[in-house]
Order: sequence, then C-alpha cells, then structure tokens
Amino acid sequence: MDLYQEIIIEHSKRPLHAGLREPFNAQVHHVNSTCGDEVTLRVQLNGEGRSAVVADVSYDAVGCSISTAATSVLADEVIGHSVKEALTSFAAMRRMLTSKGADPGDEDEIGDGVAFAGVSKYPARVKCALLGWMAFTDALTQAGVDITTTPASHSVPSSSENNVTETNANNTIRDNTITSKIMEDS
Amino acid sequence: MSDVAVGAAFTAQESAAIRSDFAILSRSVRAGKPLVYLDSGATSQKPRQVLDAERVFYEQHNAAVHRGAHQLAEEATDAFEDARQTVARFIGAQTQEVVFTKNATEALNLVAYAFSNAAAAGAMDGVDPALAARFSLGAGDEIVITEMEHHSNLVPWQELARRTGATLRWIGVTDDGRLDLGDLDTVITDRTKVVAFTHVSNVLGTINPVAAIVDRAREVGALTVLDACQSVPHMAVDVVDLGVDFVAFSGHKMFGPLGIGVLWGRYDLLAAMPPFLTGGSMIEVVRMEGTTYADPPQRFEAGVPMAAQAVGLAAACDYLTDLGMERVSAHEHVLTEALLDGLAQRPWVRVIGPVDGKDRSGAVAFVVDGIHPHDVGQILDDDGVAVRVGHHCAWPLHRRMNVTATTRASFAAYNTVAEVDALLTALDRVPVMFGTVL
Repeated sequence: MDLYQEIIIEHSKRPLHAGLREPFNAQVHHVNSTCGDEVTLRVQLNGEGRSAVVADVSYDAVGCSISTAATSVLADEVIGHSVKEALTSFAAMRRMLTSKGADPGDEDEIGDGVAFAGVSKYPARVKCALLGWMAFTDALTQAGVDITTTPASHSVPSSSENNVTETNANNTIRDNTITSKIMEDS
Repeated sequence: MSDVAVGAAFTAQESAAIRSDFAILSRSVRAGKPLVYLDSGATSQKPRQVLDAERVFYEQHNAAVHRGAHQLAEEATDAFEDARQTVARFIGAQTQEVVFTKNATEALNLVAYAFSNAAAAGAMDGVDPALAARFSLGAGDEIVITEMEHHSNLVPWQELARRTGATLRWIGVTDDGRLDLGDLDTVITDRTKVVAFTHVSNVLGTINPVAAIVDRAREVGALTVLDACQSVPHMAVDVVDLGVDFVAFSGHKMFGPLGIGVLWGRYDLLAAMPPFLTGGSMIEVVRMEGTTYADPPQRFEAGVPMAAQAVGLAAACDYLTDLGMERVSAHEHVLTEALLDGLAQRPWVRVIGPVDGKDRSGAVAFVVDGIHPHDVGQILDDDGVAVRVGHHCAWPLHRRMNVTATTRASFAAYNTVAEVDALLTALDRVPVMFGTVL
C-alpha cells in the first residue's frame, strides 16, 4: 500500500521538534473527535503579520503515525520560514491531501510533505494529516496573524475539509480546544 | 437446522448457507481482497430475506400507515402492525409495548425526555400519582449510568440532568473491563430515580449482570433502562425475564434495515409517559386549544412511520429465529474464543476488556504496542479485513481504560473461524510494517 511511505514511518518514530518549549506567542489544543487524538501546539513568531518569521513550533501530540509524522514534517517545514511561506505550504499540503490522489504535491512547497500524497486516497485519514496543520494555523490566528485571506486557499477545490479548516481558523478565538469536525464519530 | 444441538456453533455447511444469504459478503475490496467483515457491532450486513421483505412491501403494499381507508392503506397498516407483533414475540414482549423509533438513540432519548417533559404543566394530568412520581425529576434526585456506556446512553442522561437539575452518577469499570458493583449500594440510593445501563459493552464485549443492578434499582424504586443494542442481535433476549422497565435496541445491528429502532417499555409506564415527538399519528383529539394523545405505542410514533423498515426488521427477527438465537450465540462464542486465543499468542497485543470468554460477547477491542489503532485498522483494511478503530462512541470508557483509542473486531452469525484467522494473519503484518517487533 502506498500510504505508509518509509519517510512517514521515520517521522512518526522520531518526530522532529517535538516537545513543548518556551517562549511562545500562542498555544492551542486540537482534538480529532473520531479517535481522540490530541495535539497541543505552540508557535513563536519574530516580527509582525505575514512577514513574521516562524521562530519555533513546539508540540505535544498523541496520535497515529500519519498525524504524528505530519506534525513533524510541518514543524520542520515552517520553522525559520516566514508566515507567508508557511501558509503557502499549508495551502499546498491541503490541496494535495484533498485531491483524492490527483495532486502528487510539490516538494519545493511542502518538502517531505509529498510523502503524504497517498493519504489523499484514504478520506478517513485526511483529517489525521491535517490535525497538526489546523492547530498550527489556529495558533497563528491566536498569535494575531490574519490567515483568512490566504491567496492559495481560493484555488483549493471546495470540500467539507476545506470549509471546516476555514471555520476552525475563524472560530478558535473563543476556545482553545478545538475538535476537528472533518469527519466525526458518533 | 433443528437436527443439530441447540447450543452448537454452525457447521461449515450451515455457515456457507448463511453467508450465501448476504450478497455483500462475496464482494471484494481493496484491489481484489475478499471482504472479511468484522464490524457488525457498528452495523450488520443484511440478508436477502430482509431486502426482499422491504421490496415486496414497496412493490405490493406501499401506502401511508394508519391513514386512509383504501386497500393499500389497510395492507400497509397490517404489514406494519404485524411487524410490531413479530418484533414483540422476538423479545418476549406484548405487542403494544413495542414502540418503533428511528434508531436506538431516539428510543433512549424518548425515555430521557419523558422525565423532563413530565415536569411541564399538565403533562401528567390524569396519571396515577404514584406512577407520575416515578417520572418526577429535579434537584436532589439522581440519575445513574455506567462508565462503559455508548455515548447514546450517556449524553441523553447528562442532558436530562442539565435540564432538570438532577445529579448524574455512574457505576465505575474495573481494570479487567467489568462493572464495579462493589459500591452499587452507595451509587444507587433512595435519591436515584432512573438507572440506565448497557446489557453488553460495545467495546469490551462484557455482558453485564442485569439482575444485580435491577434488584438494587427496585429496592430504591428507580426505573431501569437497558441499552440492548449489542445483546439482542447476538443472544436470546427476553425483556420480561430481564426485569428491566425499558429496553432500547437498533434494527440495523441485527440484520435489519437502517432507520429503525425499538423501544420496549412496560405498558403502564408507557401509558403514564408524556410524548416525545408530537404531530400526526400520535394524537387522540386535536382542537385549536389543545390536544390529547393516543395510547402507546402510537403516542410515541409521530409522523408517517417507517413501515418498510419495520417489515424488514420483522424479517430480520424471523431470520434470526430460524437460525436459533442459542446457536447464534454459541457460534459467536466460538469465534470470540478463537480470536481471544489468537490475540493471547501475540504478546504485542493487549485486549481491552475480559480476556476470557466468560460472560462475554463477540466484540473484542485491543491495542497493539506502540502502534495507533488507526494505523492497525488501515493495515487490516489493506488485506480486506474491516474492523472499527477509534473510541467507538465510548470515549469516557477509553479514558477509564487508559487508552486513546482501540481496534475492535465484532462478530455476527455469518462470520467464520477462517475470518478470525484472516484477521490474525493481517494483524501480523502490523508490527512488521512499523518495525516494532518480529
């Protein structure tokens, strides 16, 4: 099966940048309501708005190999880059994950994230790969960055995943614990 | 099949015959892998007898039940009411004590809402005060559930407590997945008005000691509500023998159609209860100033009922009756023992719940060391083995058992030991894939 690429298993066994660190501008807690997976994620920015640099992403996660590896790749991909670049990576990642196998991903945009292309063929697992990313974008919002006009997000085909991602990004200010509503269990 | 001992598992020939009734079991999944369906605890597959019954209803008798005087309306009403009788017989109930709901969740909510609706002005007018008092719930009263409940027998009671000011309490679960009845007398007290609990855990497979809980509830005058979703499809259930006041179960887990559930209740209690959903069908007289209600079960069946599903459910009851519930139970027990044995031989697997077959049904949840259940389920799926992963709508129970999620295999009468072997073989790929052991 093409889901479990070696690189995913590697990241899931030895996740990069794991653990919660200080300082941080914002901390969020997200839950996948299907399986109870959780991630607490912190973001530290240097600078203001989209030109700010992501100085650190630290996290404590309980999850499957897909969600653990995705968060590891996310942290490695965005640390040291601008918020603008990070949001471009997010849009590219989300586009690939919701493409149902049509979009193989661009290594220049998402690095090791291309290993997750196979996930898009398993709809139930897309939310696993997005858990950390949704927490990250939420944390950016909490840190005061307006992420709602991400240019690339408009090119993403409309689907429940995308809508929920947007909704979560907008609705998280009131409550730091967010349940991913992409595919709920009963 | 009457020539075989009552308590025997199905023979290979019988199994083949049963499986041939379920067309879906012969399909393949994931690039040609034979389907090994071990997720009947979530929903069972449907035999052609059930599908045929629904088709015949639609093709020959379809009309709105309890409405109109034309011939089809009569036939549809007869079919619906005959179905009620068949379902009642299947669980040892009186026909008028069987209420059709859209699912078990609605059945449980129907009972929970009876308590809070009873508080409305005039809701219990004309009801024997002693009976009415049993549905009176407020601050100082207590609702008791257990820590192993499915969310459908948990959230409605939390919500009822919130609406009424009553306190929610619960019976705990032991490390080996049984109800902790040691403090039964301190949890169920004179303050308890209702005790709602599951007959069989949908995660652990534990068969709970109904009599012990009912005895204590009766001592304090509390009503009892049993979630029988995981028992009615798998063992002989007689609602009168159980001694509870209400029983809820779903049709789709017992070879019946989706979209139908059953609430059984003692008639005097149903007759005392205010309605849950209101509208057409459930009325006696409607005036602009107010409405009186029909007697049970119609009082609780507002709107045009799901007659085709009821007919299908009755066909499922007949199907199970023909198989023999004692034999269904014995057959699933063999499968459960085979799976528990196979898992016990794999030290990297830990069963969550009773590890032996005693007082245990065919839902087996387990965790694989160091590997998340979603990943386990994905590898099994790759081999065509369908199991459920996650918290199975029993999140507090998982928290209690100190696991985030589990992988669950669950059986029905159509499963075979060969399918247990297929699961175990697929499972052996998991630690190899993730490089944990072997």
